Amino acid sequence: MSAMHPLALYVPLAPLAGAIVAGFFGKAIGRAGAHWVTILGVTAALVLSWFIFQDVDAGKTYNAAVYTWATSGGISFQVGFLIDKLTVTMMLVVNFVSLMVHIYTIGYMAHDEDNWPAGSLAGTNSYQRFFAYISLFTFSMLMLVMSNNFLQLFFGWEAVGLVSYLLIGFWATRPTAIYANLKAFLVNRVGDFGFLLGIGLIAAYCGSLNYSDVFAQSQLLAGTHVELLPGMPWALVSVVCICLFIGAMGKSAQFPLHVWLPDSMEGPTPISALIHAATMVTAGIFMVSRMSPLFELSQAALSFVIVIGAITAFFMALIAIVQTDIKRVVAYSTLSQLGYMTAALGASAYSAAMFHLATHAFFKAVLFLGAGSVIIALHHEQDMRKMGGLRKYMPITYLTVLIGALANAGLPPFAGFFSKDSIIEAVHLSTTPGAGFAYLLILAGVFVGGFYSFRLVFFAFHGKERFRGAAQHGHDDHGHHGPVEPKESPWVVTVPLILLAIPSVIAGWAMVGPALFGNYFGGAIFIAPEHPAIAKMAAEFHGSMGMVLHGLMTPPFWLALAGAATAWYLYIVRPDLPAKIKAKSGMLARILEEKYGFDRFNDWFFAGGARLLGRGLWKGGDQTLIDGLVVNGSAKMVGWIASIVRLFQSGYIYQYAFSMIIGVFVLMTLWMNRA
Amino acid sequence: MTGLPLLSIAIWLPIVGGLLVLATGADRNAGLARPLALVVAVAGFLVTLPLYTGFDHATSAMQFVERAPWIPRFNINYLLGVDGISVLFILLNSFITPLVVLAGWKVIGEKVAQYMASFLIMSGLMNGIFSSLDAVLFYVFFEASLIPMYLIIGIWGGPNRVYAAFKFFLYTLLGSLLMLIALIYLFFQSGFSFNLLDWHALKISLTTQIYLFLAFLVAFAVKVPMWPVHTWLPDAHVEAPTGGSVVLAAIMLKLGAYGFLRFSLPIAPDASRELAWLMIALSLTAVVYIGFVALVQADMKKLIAYSSISHMGFVTLGFFIFNSLGMEGALVQMISHGFISGAMFLCVGVLYDRMHSRQIADYGGVVNTMPKFAALFLFFAMANSGLPATSGFVGEFMVILGAVKFNFWVGFAAAITLILGAAYTLWMIKRVVFGAVANHHVAELTDIDAREFAVLGLLALCVLGMGLYPLPFTEVMHASVDNLLKHVAVPKL
Repeated sequence: MSAMHPLALYVPLAPLAGAIVAGFFGKAIGRAGAHWVTILGVTAALVLSWFIFQDVDAGKTYNAAVYTWATSGGISFQVGFLIDKLTVTMMLVVNFVSLMVHIYTIGYMAHDEDNWPAGSLAGTNSYQRFFAYISLFTFSMLMLVMSNNFLQLFFGWEAVGLVSYLLIGFWATRPTAIYANLKAFLVNRVGDFGFLLGIGLIAAYCGSLNYSDVFAQSQLLAGTHVELLPGMPWALVSVVCICLFIGAMGKSAQFPLHVWLPDSMEGPTPISALIHAATMVTAGIFMVSRMSPLFELSQAALSFVIVIGAITAFFMALIAIVQTDIKRVVAYSTLSQLGYMTAALGASAYSAAMFHLATHAFFKAVLFLGAGSVIIALHHEQDMRKMGGLRKYMPITYLTVLIGALANAGLPPFAGFFSKDSIIEAVHLSTTPGAGFAYLLILAGVFVGGFYSFRLVFFAFHGKERFRGAAQHGHDDHGHHGPVEPKESPWVVTVPLILLAIPSVIAGWAMVGPALFGNYFGGAIFIAPEHPAIAKMAAEFHGSMGMVLHGLMTPPFWLALAGAATAWYLYIVRPDLPAKIKAKSGMLARILEEKYGFDRFNDWFFAGGARLLGRGLWKGGDQTLIDGLVVNGSAKMVGWIASIVRLFQSGYIYQYAFSMIIGVFVLMTLWMNRA
Repeated sequence: MTGLPLLSIAIWLPIVGGLLVLATGADRNAGLARPLALVVAVAGFLVTLPLYTGFDHATSAMQFVERAPWIPRFNINYLLGVDGISVLFILLNSFITPLVVLAGWKVIGEKVAQYMASFLIMSGLMNGIFSSLDAVLFYVFFEASLIPMYLIIGIWGGPNRVYAAFKFFLYTLLGSLLMLIALIYLFFQSGFSFNLLDWHALKISLTTQIYLFLAFLVAFAVKVPMWPVHTWLPDAHVEAPTGGSVVLAAIMLKLGAYGFLRFSLPIAPDASRELAWLMIALSLTAVVYIGFVALVQADMKKLIAYSSISHMGFVTLGFFIFNSLGMEGALVQMISHGFISGAMFLCVGVLYDRMHSRQIADYGGVVNTMPKFAALFLFFAMANSGLPATSGFVGEFMVILGAVKFNFWVGFAAAITLILGAAYTLWMIKRVVFGAVANHHVAELTDIDAREFAVLGLLALCVLGMGLYPLPFTEVMHASVDNLLKHVAVPKL
């Protein structure tokens, strides 16, 4: 039970080694050396994870410390691994998607030197550096999911944030990229602020940061009440869970801390797929699932979670329908899907959230990598208004993206159907306060999801070919290419697409039974008896085929289909309509295009306000009050200053300083002799 | 352990070495002064290593004690010793000195011997402060260490150095005088003893304790510096040469914080508890208020100076919440801040040496011409923002945990640094390091050379090592911190 799996340590260390070699010796080993060494590292991690999965699947759980990081205040802070079904699932997903992205990157970043200004030394070895970063990310993410304690969780949590920062701002000379990475880091810090306070409360009341110690005392946390505001006793466990969840809201981009994710699209597309869709942003979902023994004890926290999740799921999906940048459509779709996962957490359907996390990792990676394939084919054109008709030229990309869209829309029998439908059903059955509201939002979100998914497909791949002519300008800021004649991407791009598309089709069908309704997660997830949604669903589950047939008769299927049909009508049958509708809807379109005004407000209130406050404190406090009044205050003081300053200026500083010491001694001696 | 007087060697080796360097004379011998200074500085660090390896973790008693009568008439002794609180600072101080010597290697072209000697002598004097157990000895070292700093700012400083040196002096003088009075009072109260350990056992009424506490507070708060007596620091930093800033930030600020632990808390424990609310309020003001002020600085050195004040707020906060997480976190923060702020000032120095400007607005896109430097600068900036796996995280994390334990809202206010610290540091990095090349000066920059790389790389290794494995630091402190906390918890009225 509490032993260390002999292979566990090598899983995170293999990608770390790859990152170190590619990062520090990139020049020496060259481009091929860098991608081979990092791919080797991640492959090793994937294979080892598979072996560990075999052992965990046989019913074993591993929980042990690697080393003691520090001790203080009676708490032993450790670095250690807890490997159970939850962990090993994440390990497989992370390593698999990471490997695909590594391979894909060979193609995507092949001409990265074009992305840098001529002569910039920052662009030298950027190819190797990119591989170092994504391997470092893989290491950080593995440390996060494999942790057996809150300290290391926080470590991984911030480390993935760091790599995200480095990668969003990878093209460090672009103003939009370095704005976006700073924004991402700071918004995440707001979440981490809550997260750290939650950890602090746990340390204060449990005297340990190890999961097992803390979970063993969960009843104590539930029984203790704290009066943070006078006269308002709150259950400690609710305060802790809400604090922790604020961390999840930052990392998993939940309303209102979602604002950083769309801007993160400034980073190269492979990392949008890996970090900002498949893995890092799901860290919050994973964390809450991991903390199920705590969240289950707090009805208040679960209500908070379900409402935030549902708001994110619906309102972010709406923004996706007005975006014209292909990556941003996928980004808002990611926000919406993360909202679904969060809503599932609030409904105590942790396994459904984790299941959707896994299927989403595949189909969203396909969508992003497919978008990236289009972007390189069109020489860095991301605007869908300058695409159209691409299916003839890029059949593999088209088919894989179509599969991704079908899964994203939640249409049977694709993977997304099983996971999304389970979430909707779980929220429907949930007794958490707020679940009724959440159910309406996520149900409406299904229509929107069907619409934006197929809008993307029809807009980019069907209809008139709009990439000739105007497309020559736009984002294309380097070199002069001839008339664009899009062609299918090389195999390093298409093979990962295919390998990710396969699970996007079958993972749901194959896994829904065991993952959701079997005992797949075993003891890793705890559900209180008063939250029976998943149990009820399990009772009614009669195989994948049964679920598909049943699904055909429920509202989500018809809503998704209606969304897809609407997209078909608007973008294939009557492509003139969208502009007219937009012109008519005025205010509503404006609100969506302004993304509800969050960016504007944050820039004005938080960024502007902080600078105003800082300037006020500096000029008013430091310079006027402290220095002006107190330090340089009275005229007498100024005169005294002047006389001493003259001493300095006459070059006697050395003597002066010494005389001060001597004077003090004389004074002291006199004083003592008098006594 | 051998019978060598290790502490005396740690104090006097750099001082005597510094005098030797001074003896090389005029600048035509600078080629001799530089290597000699480096040899002395490295030797000065090496001789302090046995203090760590030979340190007994199990006891809170003073170790490596040396005693000799100095002025018998007043019962003043040359009494040295270290415990788990002070020993690490001697190592830190001796470690920083060679780096400072290296940092001034090329850029200081005038009065080289004097410059190097000042740093060596200051290093020895500061070791004296951290190891003195006799109040007069402490006071002499405490005041004497200011002289080299005055000189460094006053001679090798910037255009406005006179005002800065003076402000530095004025602030410090006021504090020192009050402390002197307190020391003399304690001398009489204790029956003519200057032994600090005797004073720790002294019974004193609450009113007197409060007076003593306030007297020490003024002296030490200026040094830390705590809000609102902090305004000398940004000016001093801006005018000081790079090496001066490094020592000021890495070591000198720690003297004040150390004073709280050696004087205020053990001598006036009841007053410390009584006035803890004040100290916590001042500390949190430093963390939050100064964080906002740092945000709007246009001068990189000022920004880092304000960041220092904010980080030192964490130190004083950790002391006065009276739990071991807080206090050990504060001590870790002091060491870590020594590495990080030192490195940040060195980074600004690297830029200043090339462009002769510290204004953020004069930079932009440095990464295009100095990629190696940019990587290191970003690393230290991340450490300054408290990123886990760097030393900057360890102390902040422990203090925040301790603060939440003490009171949720105190922890809440302290944790704001997570956002503010990242905001002011990374916003600076964005404007200086990233972006397109801003002007032809930036376009002509050359990346760091082997010497600069060695200095910054060494510090980076320290920051990373301490972040990944802080245990060797925390376990040295346990016994002494526990003892101090126990001591403070018992009323001595």
